[in-house]
Formats: sequence, C-alpha cells, structure tokens
Amino acid sequence: MKISFTINEKPIEVEIDDGNTPLLWVIRDVLDLKGTKFGCGKAACGACTILIDGDAVRCCSYAVKFADGKNVTTIEGLGTEANPHPVQQAWMEEVVPQCGYCQPGFMMATAALLEKVPAPSDQDIDDNIINICRCATYYRMRKAIHRAAELQQAKADAAK
Amino acid sequence: MLWYSRRSRPGQTFFRVGVFPILLVASAICEPSVFAQSPATTSPQPTPTKTKETDFDKLMRVLTHKRCVNCHPSDGVPKQGEDSHPHYFKIRRGKKNVGFDATKCNTCHQVENNEYSGVPGAPEWSLAPNSMRWEGLTRIEIAKSILDPKRNGGRTHDQVLHHLTEHELVLWAWEPGVNADGKPREKPLVAKDEYIKAVKRWFKAGTPIPEK
Repeated sequence: MKISFTINEKPIEVEIDDGNTPLLWVIRDVLDLKGTKFGCGKAACGACTILIDGDAVRCCSYAVKFADGKNVTTIEGLGTEANPHPVQQAWMEEVVPQCGYCQPGFMMATAALLEKVPAPSDQDIDDNIINICRCATYYRMRKAIHRAAELQQAKADAAK
Repeated sequence: MLWYSRRSRPGQTFFRVGVFPILLVASAICEPSVFAQSPATTSPQPTPTKTKETDFDKLMRVLTHKRCVNCHPSDGVPKQGEDSHPHYFKIRRGKKNVGFDATKCNTCHQVENNEYSGVPGAPEWSLAPNSMRWEGLTRIEIAKSILDPKRNGGRTHDQVLHHLTEHELVLWAWEPGVNADGKPREKPLVAKDEYIKAVKRWFKAGTPIPEK
C-alpha cells in the first residue's frame, strides 16, 4: 500500500506491505532519520516521541497507515543549526543531555507542551513530560523547559 | 523490503535492541509511585448459582468487568490490566477526560489495538466522564447511574441502549487485543451476542432493577 504524508515539511510517499508497521521504523529505516529513537517498543518510555499534526505521539505504537495525509515532525525538523527551536536552544544552554539517547523524545514532548501551554508550571511539566531518562537528567530538563518557555515568548514578542 | 524485516514484534523487541531499552523500562517499573496505589475495586461478580441468570445479571457481569470499569474510575485515574492497577506514569482524567494538555490518551492509544506494542485502542478512546464513575459501585447503583440523565450525559433510554450495544468503544471489550507481553486480554465473561440480546430484552422489559 502507498502512504503519503509530509515529514518535516517535505511531502513523501512510501510503499509498504504492512500498513500496521510502526511509523518509527519507516522514519528510521526507510527515511533514514535516526534522531527518533527506539526505547521500549511499548509506548512507555517516550524515546520515540514525534509530532503528528502538532500533537505528541509515541510512534513505536503508531501504525504507519494512520500517518496518511498527516504532518509529521521529527527532531530533525524541529529547528535548524542556524535557527534552533526554543526547546533546542534551551537544551543547549542548560547542557541537559548526559548520554543523550532519550533526549529527542523529551524535546519533542516539550515542544508539544509549549504549543498547548506556553508558560507551563512545574505541575504542567510533571503531568505532561512523562518520558523516561535513564541518566536522570530530569532536574536540568525542568530548568530547560522553563527556559524554553521564556525563549519562545521572547521570540513571539520580537515577531510582533 | 529491507526495513520490513526489522520491525519489532511482540516478544522479539527486547532481543533486538539490547540492554539499554531494558534499563529504560526497568527504571519505569521500579518507580515507586507507579505501584504505590491500590488496585481498583468493583462490586464482586455474582457467584454462579443454580438459579437462572437474568438479563440484568448478564448486563452487570459485563459492566462490572475490568474491561469496562477500568475506564469508569471513581478517582479520576484510569486503570490498566487484569489487576486494574492505576495507569502507569500517573496518567489522570484531565479536563476533557482524555488526559493532559499535551500528553493525552491518543499520545499512545490510537483508533485500533496495536499488536506490536500491545497498546489497546478504539475510536473515541477516553475515560468515561466523572458523572459516569462506576468503580466501587454496586450493580444496582451502576444500573441506576446508567439510566439517570443527570449522570449518563443526558441520554434517553434509547440512547443508553444504543451506547451499550453499538458504540465501538464499548464493543471493544470483546476485541481487546494483546497486552505488552503479547498475551490476549481477558474478555467479558458473557459472549457479545448474548450480552447484546440480554441488554435489548432488559430495556424492552422496562429496565427492571432488582432490590438487592
């Protein structure tokens, strides 16, 4: 079957035998975008979090057939080196990652959170950012999420 | 295709990816707060007796089953599994019965079961509204609740009948898929067709609720 969607603003079409194949494997192995990670394969750890039409989704548990006609964003499409997303900028400023494996999932989940809640409280962060970090970088991530909210607000103010 | 053979299947996942993901999951399941809460309670299933099971009994054997009660909580916390443990990661009802602002039911649950991950799914996956809480209620209390427009979302009896016998999310209980270990989830103990017929007869009879 053929499935068409946009990924990081680029329209693509993939042909696959099994529409139930997890979108994660299409992103990593067909489209060769390795930033999205495989962690548990059970939608529990969040390492595979991406955005689909702006919402956070665990793509290890998302059949590729459901992506048809959707806008998919991975960590590679969140920002650029010259113009990083506020979340990416904040992550660098707070030197968040340790081993780094889970961080793309956290950053995508944070990007989704800031779209819905531009100035999240600690409780908002606790409720919505439920990914797992084996290195326990949670303390630095919390700081980075608050910093990303500031950067996003500053960017919005500058655009006015 | 090359990539086709690399997808994960239930039961194969951990062997393909090594130790690190196991540690990720282990850190999740070792999180004390995840397991510190007591399992959901429901009114006990009636013990089968020699007396003929009524339509009400059949209806309630289904409605008090974990496949139903797990998503009709009384504490705003969805339950999971055959032991009705609180949903991992402190997931709660949220403002619209679908979780929090950015982490919602459909962050993980889609419109159908996912056989690879073991994550269940059906159209309109969500918690029942708080007014429709059943957890901890008796069979009679549940019956009165589903017929009370103040608690059932303003539904008429016809609409309740439709919900109980035709709504895809309700009927998902008979197609619950496999769990994270690849094992089939338990279905309600009354066959779907038998349940639907019993519900229709119960409504046709005027929804009689026993005194005890």
